Amino acid sequence: MSDFTSGFWGIYVAIITLVSILGCAILLFVMGKKRVPTQARKEGETGPGTTGHTWDGDLAEYNNPLPRWWMWLFYLTIAFSLLYLALYPGLGTFRGVLGWTSAGAYATERTDFDERVKPLYARYLGMDVKAVAADPQAHAMGERLFLNYCAPCHGSDAGGSKGFPSLRDSDWLYGGSPGQIKESISNGRNGIMPAFGPTLGDDGVKNVAAYVRSLSGLPHDNLRAQLGKQVFAQNCAACHGPDGKGNMQLGAPNLTDEIWLYGSSEATIVETISKGRGAASEVTRMPAHKDRLDDGKIQLLTAYVWGLSNAKAGDAR
Amino acid sequence: MNGTPPTIPIRPVADEAALYEIRKKIYPRSVHGWFAAWRWALVFLTQAIYYGLPWLSWNARQAVLFDLAARKFYIFGLVFWPQDVIYLSALLILSALALFLFTAVAGRLWCGYACPQTVYTEIFLWIERRIEGDRLARIRLDASPLSARKLGAKTLKHAAWVAVALWTGYTFVGYFTPIRDLGLRALALQLGPWETFWVLFYAAATYGNAGFMREQVCKYLCPYARFQGVMFDKDTLVITYDRARGEPRGSRSKSVRPRERGLGDCVDCGICVQVCPTGIDIRQGLQYECIGCAACIDGCNQVMDKMGYAPGLIRYATESALAQGFDRRTMWRRVFRPRTLVYLSGLLIVAAAASGSLVMRSPLKVDVIRDRGALAREAAPGIIENVYRLQIMNTDEEPRSFTIAAVGLPRLSVVGVEQPVAVGAAETRLLPLRVQAPVEEEGSGTKPGPHKIEFIVQAVNDDKVVRHEQSSFIIPR
Repeated sequence: MSDFTSGFWGIYVAIITLVSILGCAILLFVMGKKRVPTQARKEGETGPGTTGHTWDGDLAEYNNPLPRWWMWLFYLTIAFSLLYLALYPGLGTFRGVLGWTSAGAYATERTDFDERVKPLYARYLGMDVKAVAADPQAHAMGERLFLNYCAPCHGSDAGGSKGFPSLRDSDWLYGGSPGQIKESISNGRNGIMPAFGPTLGDDGVKNVAAYVRSLSGLPHDNLRAQLGKQVFAQNCAACHGPDGKGNMQLGAPNLTDEIWLYGSSEATIVETISKGRGAASEVTRMPAHKDRLDDGKIQLLTAYVWGLSNAKAGDAR
Repeated sequence: MNGTPPTIPIRPVADEAALYEIRKKIYPRSVHGWFAAWRWALVFLTQAIYYGLPWLSWNARQAVLFDLAARKFYIFGLVFWPQDVIYLSALLILSALALFLFTAVAGRLWCGYACPQTVYTEIFLWIERRIEGDRLARIRLDASPLSARKLGAKTLKHAAWVAVALWTGYTFVGYFTPIRDLGLRALALQLGPWETFWVLFYAAATYGNAGFMREQVCKYLCPYARFQGVMFDKDTLVITYDRARGEPRGSRSKSVRPRERGLGDCVDCGICVQVCPTGIDIRQGLQYECIGCAACIDGCNQVMDKMGYAPGLIRYATESALAQGFDRRTMWRRVFRPRTLVYLSGLLIVAAAASGSLVMRSPLKVDVIRDRGALAREAAPGIIENVYRLQIMNTDEEPRSFTIAAVGLPRLSVVGVEQPVAVGAAETRLLPLRVQAPVEEEGSGTKPGPHKIEFIVQAVNDDKVVRHEQSSFIIPR
């Protein structure tokens, strides 16, 4: 649009449009008045006459007039176009008397729709999340919402994928209580693993990686793990805790279990430590949804996600 | 009469004409006879179906209902989903082939007897005749100055037209929303804005087209009318004036023997023109305006009968029959020619294929959608897992349960879903599920990369309702 910042083009288009419509009207008026000479066909035939032109000796042109009401249809289209251009945007940069915009139409439709579905959500808003999770209808609604809004990252089965945590297990980066889940959905989460490559050097990173693998009982180099323990205490324990069990305040994962957000292989852990996670790309952040989803939807999603890892809710259902 | 047609010199007559012509109102005269009876039979048949069908019930629902909001079309025992659009295509192909066939055999049969434009015009003309009288009375009434009688007749006519039109509009909407409920709400003035719009729109279309536009629709608006001409050939039965027998035309008294006066059989009474709903003179030959209604045949035959002449001065005949003097048997035998046989066999093949497929149609439809976010993940050491969404559509009007299995790799298992899966009557369920495969063994065909697998969705208690759907299973490196 930067080519069209000048007001000239709007006027230019408007003039072309109006001149064209006027031209059509004049043409129509002249043609409506015009009478053309015709010659009757054979004697006794009452069909349309010919224009009298002949080509190639015997090719004649019939004058098959359109009905007069058809001409009024043409006038009607001219009236329609003028009315339309007065009411709706279309004439250069003129916005139209009605002030209609496609964004406005979308907003109206959305508001109407929200008004219509509000009662569906309203009854769950006042309920306890655990009670909502036990409600079969709420579960079905929550499932559909999850498939729409959450499944692209967390998977249709909520099992997660590399960089996106599974929501089905009982391991939580930021906590699995209804309140904490709702907080995660509403305001998003921005956990960052800083890059330690420059600080620790290649060898230091490898040592820490070996120590991290030892925490969850994975095969590791004992010597490196011993060396890494010290480095871990100085550099990593602030977030992941002295015992490596993580910190839900910061979203620092528990390193002692079998659940790995990015993978447990040595190469992956080395990459995680040296390059960091989360800072470089926005993709791995949990976006805030409070502006996209209303309270009712967030309530249902919270209950659905909470229910995924709380078998009792499933039993009650 | 000798064999050579008379040569008529072309006389140029200078005249002027506008590019838009003022419409000349046509007052078709009423006509009785064999073909008029056929047309009335088809009017009754089509309208009994049209007005009656929405009132029938089937299994506690409306037998024929096109539920646009739910995207389901109910036609007696059948329920059509958007996925069944192929049957709509088949119906359209059948309609097209039938149109080709009938047109090749006997011209514009559809236009003359069954087209809604013809049928409603016929109904509206009947009302007009009952109230205003036949052709001459109507012409006189229209020409007369406004009087109480004229005003009364016109008011009554339009009121009757509007009543028929409104009922037609109401019936039309009754195909899309349950008609009994629609009727009750209409009586309580509680119709929705769109229902009101469509009832009135369809009513206005009926009123305008059948009451006012009439032949103008056929002449200027209808695309069928214009392209049916290309399906005619020399052996197509069309309504034809037997020029050789009729000319030279002229009036005479019944007692006169025309041949002695050098006259043909045409008494030039003009009945054929007066009864014509498009206002043409069939004696000028085949014209694009002719809708093939055969009113002129009925009209002429009555006159021939009165004159004591043989019927059929105007009749269904083919160009080659007239040119080569075929008898009726020869002419009718030529109906079976390659062109019509091709149309007929096409019609039969498509009809057989469509009905066969309809009979064998499975009430189960399955779509498999692979999750795009993650190609694969390790569920446990040595177990690879892929995530899918299965869309299971039960098009039956009974709830059903299904078991889901996956085959194509050794020891594939479907997890994360409670089996069997219940799907309600005419419902769709979107089911997220996981498929797991162990990959620890060497040489078991579980190499890294994509593998073809197949989902088998099987109805519980009904072996015949089963669906195999292809998908792929990805094992990461």
